[in-house]
Amino acid sequence: MPLQPPMYIPRHQGARMAETRYGMAINRALADAMQADASVILFGEDVAAPGGPFAVTRGLLAKFGPERVRDTPISEAAIVGAAVGAALGGLKPVVEIMFMDFMTLAMDALVNQAAKAHFMFGGQCSVPMVVRTPHGGGLNAGPQHSQCLEAWFAHVPGLKVVVPSNPADAYALLRTAIADPDPVVFVENKTLYSLKGELADAPQPVAIGCARVAQDGSDATVVAYGATVASALKAAASLAAEGIAVEVIDLRSIQPWDECAVLASVSKTRRLIVAHEAVTAFGVGAEIAARVSELAFGELAAPVLRVGADFMPIPFARSLERDCLPGEADITAAVRRSLSWKPNARIKP
Amino acid sequence: MQPELKQQELLSLYETMVLIRRSEERLSRLFGDGEIPGFLHLSIGQEAVPVGICAELQAADTVASTHRGHGHALAKGVDLRGFFAEILGREEGLCRGRGGSIHVADLRVGMLGANGIVGGGLSLALGSALAHQVRRSGGVSVAFFGDGAMAEGLLHECLNLASLWKLPLVFACENNGWSEFSPLSKQFAARLGTLGPAFSIPAELVDGSDVEAVRAAACRIIALARGGDGPQILECKTFRWRGHYEGDPQKYRDAGDLADARSRDPLVVSGAKLEAMGIGADRLRALERAVEARIEEAVAAARLGREPEYAAAAADVYTQASGGAHG
Repeated sequence: MPLQPPMYIPRHQGARMAETRYGMAINRALADAMQADASVILFGEDVAAPGGPFAVTRGLLAKFGPERVRDTPISEAAIVGAAVGAALGGLKPVVEIMFMDFMTLAMDALVNQAAKAHFMFGGQCSVPMVVRTPHGGGLNAGPQHSQCLEAWFAHVPGLKVVVPSNPADAYALLRTAIADPDPVVFVENKTLYSLKGELADAPQPVAIGCARVAQDGSDATVVAYGATVASALKAAASLAAEGIAVEVIDLRSIQPWDECAVLASVSKTRRLIVAHEAVTAFGVGAEIAARVSELAFGELAAPVLRVGADFMPIPFARSLERDCLPGEADITAAVRRSLSWKPNARIKP
Repeated sequence: MQPELKQQELLSLYETMVLIRRSEERLSRLFGDGEIPGFLHLSIGQEAVPVGICAELQAADTVASTHRGHGHALAKGVDLRGFFAEILGREEGLCRGRGGSIHVADLRVGMLGANGIVGGGLSLALGSALAHQVRRSGGVSVAFFGDGAMAEGLLHECLNLASLWKLPLVFACENNGWSEFSPLSKQFAARLGTLGPAFSIPAELVDGSDVEAVRAAACRIIALARGGDGPQILECKTFRWRGHYEGDPQKYRDAGDLADARSRDPLVVSGAKLEAMGIGADRLRALERAVEARIEEAVAAARLGREPEYAAAAADVYTQASGGAHG
């Protein structure tokens, strides 16, 4: 894998914060959750002895033993299906699907079994399980190893979907997801694994469905999640140099999503851009744009705009992938389009 | 075993088979009268399989079922009133009217649900067996599946994983020869008896119309699974009397096939044995009447049940509502 291995940074005695990589924050969340609750178990392809394809689960086998940390064969349907059965049996399984693209092989277990059991059985049971899976491009991994499919899962009643953008949120949201009684799809952008950020010795919990204002601003709102938050912050910084104050909201969770936080920001800025790495069509941005239009049409000074990947499979070659995926420049351009929109004007598609 | 004990035991198995048979016959009439919405898949003719296997299970053991799951539910001991109320779509149903015939579940007795997806229960049973193993519960899990699920990739994944992890799991195949509307010969190129050993899983074939034979095999196999020997396969040759679903005209099936199916009636097989043991036909009739009375009581209660509460259903998509908008 082209990623750097997670770096262990010793924490000073009494220090409240330490710089930690995103992948290592997930590792620590898994270890802390397993330490705190014996019913938490971990399984997936190469998560035990090899320590995970992105080294996220390194050291957990040694710490918790082969009964609780297990390598599985390459059997995605059985992995996620077994997680459902194990959750019904009183465990709190955390399973890994190596690339989000491979979730296609586990759709029945997640969509027909996990998502529905609580409701369909009349509330008799819960399905406390987490499926961790990396999404996203940027590694030239090609059409079957780069997709952002989170909107599929957000569309299914019964599933929760979180997409943390930084190490502190990755830690806190994973702890919350593991403690949650419902099935959670925990999406990790591959390019974030080596990202460094502050992580407190005793991190504060973060609730699912609770967004974060990543940057205050009054001229336009950019809603983003996952790795796209960093692009939005860069766009906000470059626009700030021109005197344009962009508010950036990190959704953190897309099912459920923090409608109140988005509406509050829109009522302040009156302009909304939703940016994500997933293809624009039928995506999270479409849902948010529709809801905001329904609830706050009168507040808007411009149409809600969306920024996302072009409607094509994520291509392999560097130039093709770069042009397909959205970046800082696309967000900047969308903010400008929003700010320059005038009533009765037509925005060119 | 003492003859009297053997007689008592068979009588008890017979009674549960009668419960399943009469319940499904009653469901068939209710369906025909328009009292049951949706689809209905009956297991009439297959009663000896769930009864023989579940007789060897303990309360904490778990079973995952199929779309043809009434027998599994009743043999595992689900509440009869809740069972009928569910299938009639009532608030008092086991699943509060949200699942129906194809999703009857009662977690209190280890019944992890009928399943609308062919093979869908296999991985649930696999995970349940994993939970038994990790929690050292001493329990076993049974995956009931039909021959139609043999062509599903998930079965092969589950056989492999169960074998690698030596899970306390019994793969209980109800081989009735029909995958929905197609014969097994057009569905599956291998045989379960050879597939098992390919995954180092012992496979046993048993007459699924003889409840005593099923129970005897289940007794051996479940003891092995419970004792740490890993997964086991029990293939039960059985017969589906009805169509894939109620109302299926079964044009794909000839009269000879149906006659064959009826020639091995589990109730007749066991009834004859009981009579040979000295249990008179009148005693069996009395037993049947008592079962029928229980069923009628459950049906009457279900008919008096309430329509499911929409607001309660809408509020129950998640166990724990998180802040924010769901949709």
